[in-house]
This record gives sequence, structure tokens and C-alpha cells, in this order.
Amino acid sequence: MAVLAAHGLRKFYGAQEVVAGVSFGIAPGECFGLLGPNGAGKTTTLRLCLGLTDPDAGSIELMQRPVPGEARPARLRVGVVPQMDNLDPDFTVAENLLVYGRYFGLSDRAIRERTPRLLEFAGLAARAESRIQTLSGGMKRRLTLARALINDPDLIFMDEPTTGLDPQARHLIWERLKRLLGQGKTIVLTTHFMEEAERLCARLAIMDRGRFIAEGSPRELISRHIEPHVVEVHGDGVMEWADGEAGTVASRVEKSGETAFCYAADPAPLIASLARRPELRYLHRPADLEDVFLKLTGRELRD
Amino acid sequence: MLNFAPPAVSLRFAPVWRRNLLVWRKLAIPSILGNLADPMIYMLGLGYGLGSFLPQVEGAPYISFLAAGTVCLSTMNSATFEAMYSAFSRMHVQRTWDAIMNAPIDLDDVVLAELIWAASKSVLSGLAILFVVWALGLSTSPVSLWALALVPLVGLTFGALGLAMTAVAWNYDFFMYYFTLVITPMIMLSGVFFPVEQLPPEFRAAAAVLPLSHAVALARPLLLGQIPAGILLHLGVLLAYAAAGFYAATILCRRRLLK
Repeated sequence: MAVLAAHGLRKFYGAQEVVAGVSFGIAPGECFGLLGPNGAGKTTTLRLCLGLTDPDAGSIELMQRPVPGEARPARLRVGVVPQMDNLDPDFTVAENLLVYGRYFGLSDRAIRERTPRLLEFAGLAARAESRIQTLSGGMKRRLTLARALINDPDLIFMDEPTTGLDPQARHLIWERLKRLLGQGKTIVLTTHFMEEAERLCARLAIMDRGRFIAEGSPRELISRHIEPHVVEVHGDGVMEWADGEAGTVASRVEKSGETAFCYAADPAPLIASLARRPELRYLHRPADLEDVFLKLTGRELRD
Repeated sequence: MLNFAPPAVSLRFAPVWRRNLLVWRKLAIPSILGNLADPMIYMLGLGYGLGSFLPQVEGAPYISFLAAGTVCLSTMNSATFEAMYSAFSRMHVQRTWDAIMNAPIDLDDVVLAELIWAASKSVLSGLAILFVVWALGLSTSPVSLWALALVPLVGLTFGALGLAMTAVAWNYDFFMYYFTLVITPMIMLSGVFFPVEQLPPEFRAAAAVLPLSHAVALARPLLLGQIPAGILLHLGVLLAYAAAGFYAATILCRRRLLK
């Protein structure tokens, strides 16, 4: 039984179709990642799932309830970590949890019982009485995560949970999300960090221009869409080499700025060719999700 | 695209109202002083200062005449400020409403909570003036106790109108237009400082449709110990403005936030 199912979702802003026929189902305990460049329609898809905006076509079921019709009761079982910080700046850490728990109809006593455990989980046990302004970005993110858990949700939506965080803070969030998955929670995550998606998500969809353009496990996506070896080449004369010899030794060459990205199933001829060109420097690495992402969504900027 | 469905109001507004109360409690003392000081200074300064030049106005000392206007003015200003500047901060700047709507609370509940909160805060301002008026003996009739019931209605009316402005505001500057183009002229036309009968007929006609006029038309006789004339008309106008403002605020907030 899916905790979230969407069928044929469409949403227009004016003439622009920001969600253009999206269908998916998410099973309990799964971590589903929604990847895409800025403006791909990820956040709008989440808002549709939460019943915060009405679809122009299609249907949604959240916790077995039709959305938007029964979105409000469905949200009783859901937690949300939004992209933008919206903690209450006038309150302390503990007050933020208290006030948010009340929105779910929880008694003050029940919230106060849960608070120490949630603060422990968020690594904020010593900061219960701290004001929000005194917290670092990572602490705020963790408090937002704790806030999203106040109702002990079955499903957690996370919209770019680690954007703007330093590596330490990011790793801590990842560790906590894995713990939640270990407890059997379901997570729907949007991100544009491929590393994040690869680490956490059992299944992902790459979204672009309102559509799912690829779907599967990270490994499936890599093996299905891209050659296993990547050689990044730069240096004097790289473009002349890329336009000539590279084409005979690599199965695909992509030029971006002053770098040639060469993809191949067998890297040996490529490396041999580069050995004869000492003026060219190169990096040989296995293909990853980012290569898939860039191949499918293109290298041009999306602002 | 507008969703014209009537506001779906429920008791779920209560935890949102409590949130605002908790913030206010942290700042209560300066907030009460601020709410009280400004209208008090006007009432006492104009009432005794200007009043010393005036014979009786409508059969009462000028300061007693001014008391009713000040109660209405203070209630209106407090509700308007809360529904505009403070609600806008929560809706647009701090994104507090977004956080609330991720919980099982709908936008309509949030708008209702903001309306009742703005009215609640304005009741404090109105009552503060009222107690000063009673303490100074400017109003002595038991009939004036009915003002306790009038003040919340005035708060709801101007809170609702303020929220409708907030729903279409893009920055704080926008609210200056509402104050200079709507609130200030309304104060001059509504009999706060001088009787409406002093105005030329065309201004009197304009005054007749302004909500503040109807609030003053109820408050003044009550504070002077008289039963107001046309009670139902005045109450009806205030309620109509409150309902229309709340409906407009709900529809416009939906258009803004649920897209």
C-alpha cells in the first residue's frame, strides 16, 4: 500500500506547464529522491502532494486519502522540512517545538514529553532555551527536522534539506535521515546534490521541465544512461584533440568550457591516446549520478 | 484565479492565536505602554488644552466628547497595525504561515486566527483608554459599560479590513498608502475630534458610509450615558465591513499563497 501516489499530475502557471504529467508511487519505508535543476518543478510537485495548491489535472493520494480534498487530515501523519527556514524567530528552541506541536492538536504535556528526545536526535539537547538567532545554519536545519518529527510522522517531505550547509552539518543530517529510515519512516527528498541522492535514496526520479525523464535506483540510472568510465581532459590544444582523435577512442565526448568530458566503456585506448599528448592533463574516474544528470538535463545554466 | 468559496472556519485557529499570544507575552509591557501612551497624550492634550477654548460640545465638556472618539481611534489603530504590519511579517517575511500550513491547519484557519488576534490586541488598547476615561471620571454612567461589548466589534471590523490590505501588499511601504489615503481622512470625517454635523453636506454623506463613523456614533452616546439612536444600523454596518473584509482577505490570501 503506497503512502503517496500521484497519477497524471499537471500544474500550469499561466501558459507555462510547471508539472507536465507526473505519476509515481512511494512505498512505506522507502527513500525516494526527486532530482532536477532549478525550476524543474520539484517544489511544486511537493506542494501538490501536500494539498497546498490544486492540480490542474491528475490525482493524488497521501496516506490513503485523496488530496487536496482530505489533505488536512492526511497531513496529521506527515512531517515537512521546507527549503526556506521558517522557524519562529521570537521563540526559543523548545518553544518552537511546543508551538508547532499544538498545530497538530497535541497537548502541551505530550509535546514536553517528546521534546528532550527530539532535541537529543537533533543534537540540540543543550540548546533547549537558546534563541533561534543564536543558532548556526546547521542547527536551524536540525531543529527544523526535529520540528517536522513532533507528530511522529510516517512520511517526511524534505525540500533540499542540506542546501547551504557545510560538509560536517550535511553529514550529520544524512546520518539522521538514515536513522529515520532505519526506524521505518518514509522519506521524499528533493535535492540537486547527486551525492546526497546516491547515499540516501533507494529510488530516484530525475525531473526536468515538469516531467520525470528517468527513474530507478542510482546504480540502475548510471548503468542505463551512461558509460562506466569518464576521463576529464583539459590543457593546451584540448579542443583540437577532442574534435579529432578523441572521437576515435571514446564513445562520447562532451565539451564544456575548456574541458572535454570523454565517456567510454573501455578507457584503455583513451588513456593511451592521452599518454602521447603530455600537454593535456586528465582525471580518470568512474561515472556517477552527476554524469547521468548532466547528460539528461544538459550543461547549460538554469536560473 | 480566485476561489470564492466562503471561509472554512474552525476551532483550529486556536493554536495559531495562542502562538501570537506567546510572542506578545514576551513583549507585553512595552507593547501595552506604547498602545496606551500615544492615544492618551492626544486625548489629554487636546481634551484639556483645546478643550479650554471650547464651550461644551454636544452638551458635554470637550474632553468627555473626545473620550469616545479616542476609544474608537485607539482600537482601530491597534487592530489595523496588527493586521497589517505584524501579520505581513508573519505571512511574508518570516514565512510563519507557510510553516503552519505544513501542519494540519488550512490557510482559512490562519486568516481567521490573525483576524481574532488583531481584534484581541485592539481590545487591550481600547479597554486601556476606557479604563483611563473611567478613572478620570470623564464617563460616569453605567450605560458606558456597553462600550466593553462595542470595542471587540470595532477591532474585528478594522482587523478584517487591514488583513485584506495585507493580502495584496508586497512590502511595508504599501501600508502607508492605506494610512494616508484611507485611515487619516476617515478619522477626520468620522466625528472623532469634532461633530460630523460641522462638516459640509457632501462630506457628511461620505462620513455616513465609513465604518469609523458608525463606531463613534455608538461609542459617544454610550460614554455620555445615553442610549444611541439607530443601534441596529450602526451594528449592521460594522458587521458588514467585518464580514466583507474577512471574506476579501481570505480570497486574496488564497490567491497569493495557494498557487
